[in-house]
Amino acid sequence: MTNTRRYFHSHVKARIAALLSLPIAWLGVLYIGSLAALFITSIWKIDTFTSKVVREFTLSNFIDVLTDKAYFNVTMRTVGVAIAVTIICAVLAIPMAFFIARVAKPKSRPVLIALVITPLWASYLVKIYAWRTMMAPDSGFLNWLISPLGLSSPGFGMVAVIIGLSYLWLPYMVLPIYAGMEKLPDSIIDASADLGAKPGRTFLKVILPITWPAIIAGSLFTFSLSLGDYITVQILGGTFQMLGNVVYQNFALNLPFAAAVALIPVIVMFIYLGSVRKTGALDNL
Amino acid sequence: MKITRVRKSVIAIAAGALLLSGCSSSDSESAGGAYAGPVKDTPGTINVLAWPGYAEDGSTDPNVDWVTPFEKETGCTVNVKTYGTSDEAVQLMQSGGYDVVSASGDASLRLIFGGDLQPVNLDLIPNYADVFDNLKDRPWNTIDGANYGVPHGRGANVLQYTIDKVKPAPDSWSVVWEPNSPLKGKITAYDSAIYIADAAVYLMSTKPELGITDPYALDQTQFDAAMALLKQQKPLVAEYWADYTKYVAAVQAGSIVAGTSWQVIANVLNGEKATVGAVKPKEGATGWSDTWMISKNTESIDCAYKWLNWIISPATNAQAAEYFGEAPANSKACALTASKTHCESYHAEETDYWSNVYYWKTPTEECLDGRTDVKCIPYAEWVKAWSSFRNS
Repeated sequence: MTNTRRYFHSHVKARIAALLSLPIAWLGVLYIGSLAALFITSIWKIDTFTSKVVREFTLSNFIDVLTDKAYFNVTMRTVGVAIAVTIICAVLAIPMAFFIARVAKPKSRPVLIALVITPLWASYLVKIYAWRTMMAPDSGFLNWLISPLGLSSPGFGMVAVIIGLSYLWLPYMVLPIYAGMEKLPDSIIDASADLGAKPGRTFLKVILPITWPAIIAGSLFTFSLSLGDYITVQILGGTFQMLGNVVYQNFALNLPFAAAVALIPVIVMFIYLGSVRKTGALDNL
Repeated sequence: MKITRVRKSVIAIAAGALLLSGCSSSDSESAGGAYAGPVKDTPGTINVLAWPGYAEDGSTDPNVDWVTPFEKETGCTVNVKTYGTSDEAVQLMQSGGYDVVSASGDASLRLIFGGDLQPVNLDLIPNYADVFDNLKDRPWNTIDGANYGVPHGRGANVLQYTIDKVKPAPDSWSVVWEPNSPLKGKITAYDSAIYIADAAVYLMSTKPELGITDPYALDQTQFDAAMALLKQQKPLVAEYWADYTKYVAAVQAGSIVAGTSWQVIANVLNGEKATVGAVKPKEGATGWSDTWMISKNTESIDCAYKWLNWIISPATNAQAAEYFGEAPANSKACALTASKTHCESYHAEETDYWSNVYYWKTPTEECLDGRTDVKCIPYAEWVKAWSSFRNS
């Protein structure tokens, strides 16, 4: 025991290696390794009859993904849904987080935060099936609620998916924004008011820019979670499909093609992270 | 600087992972001969890969169990693994470790040609004699005269409709295919590439000039016509289904009123009161016929043969077919079902009923209907076309 301690004390490099081996194994084998395996799989062929993977190089999976207009459209639809969900979550979460962090009494904050995260305690499937019942055309709760206004439920489809995903991921947007707003010193807001800014202007010009990194952090959750989801789409989407569904439909029969499709969200996330990084929002995380 | 060092080791580990994944390889051997027998009383363990409800050992429902009696009688131990789709079955069989499998026709050929199965010596399975003749020696269980298993049961993919919402009761698939269908927006279709065959079945009677004789043997022209029909259908469809509990809920909620279905789904919906009808329309229908097959690499060949004989014995076949909701394969099973109308409601004994039921098969490039002047579209292309269609 003392020997080991003495060894690690005198060998700095060994100490660092021992400390980092677990996180690096995690990052390297489980994360980068599986991404690499995904990429490698996507350049293999399959035996067209037995669906067995044949380890021969081909680019045909990428050619199929890039030349078939259906996959371009589904990518655009998926990104569109992810953006819509992110915007809806942000629009709902900013006032909620602001209220909890700045307006509500400090005593009631933990209760409010607990309320925000209660939906996370229930199973994902239960929540989505509940939405399915509510969104059902003709007979659903939503239809009953808005039919007096002369409207009818949109039924299952893209709108239902956006509503369902926004509901699911809202807590992931509220929590980081709340954390960002809570850290905000009162003095800054007071200073803004002293200099004559009305509350709206203070919010737009002071609070929003300072909490921007927190909003970006929240958007990373809502955007990436929406990008990969396929279960909500299956349950609420009607005939509507997203990228995750393409992967799901193909993985058993054409694993290399599914892998090629699965690389699309990875690329989209890289682009998203890259553009976010340019704004400098990641520096403050 | 530190980051660079970390990054290097990450790359090294990733490269190692690649090497590992590149090294393991599976090789398939060609099919050998059938077991000569005789079946001995060797104790052993068999791993059974089955559709849910096909090999019940009491774990789903303590009262539903035909695996334990088999174990007691034969001294063989049975482990059951269930699967949800034919494609999953193929994948699991290819991964190895299973001795017997209940395969539908769209899985069986892929397994046979994939070299995963062995021919079965039917002389060693006394109960085979009682199997309905129209299930014997069929293209999905017999290749070049070699039998690869024993039939378990069959069913047709019927047209189901909600009685009060669809009047008059349909007798044609036209309500789910024609653009002027009064049921627009409340139709469902099966969410699998194999559903392309359903379009082909409809085309067989509506567009005879295409010359389709087997919905699983489609040349390019015929295939394009089937895909065009599916595209025409898409605006009518509320949802595509693969999960039958979701289907049941949608019918109960009224968001789906008609579409392709299984008899067992109609039975579930009619549990309390008859709300849906299920017909095999005049154009005919696709269907399934399942076969118990033996893995090429089984180490418990005696137990595997005993299992095949047991599972198609009149009593077990009656129990299993009734529990799952399909027509049994053993002609003597009909007398032993708990519900005396079972075989009647599933049309087990009506040869005519099955004459225009086209059982699921895996389409191959070599046309299954015997044409040699054209190439047919293989299943991999069906899957591609289906995936593209569903996402267009």
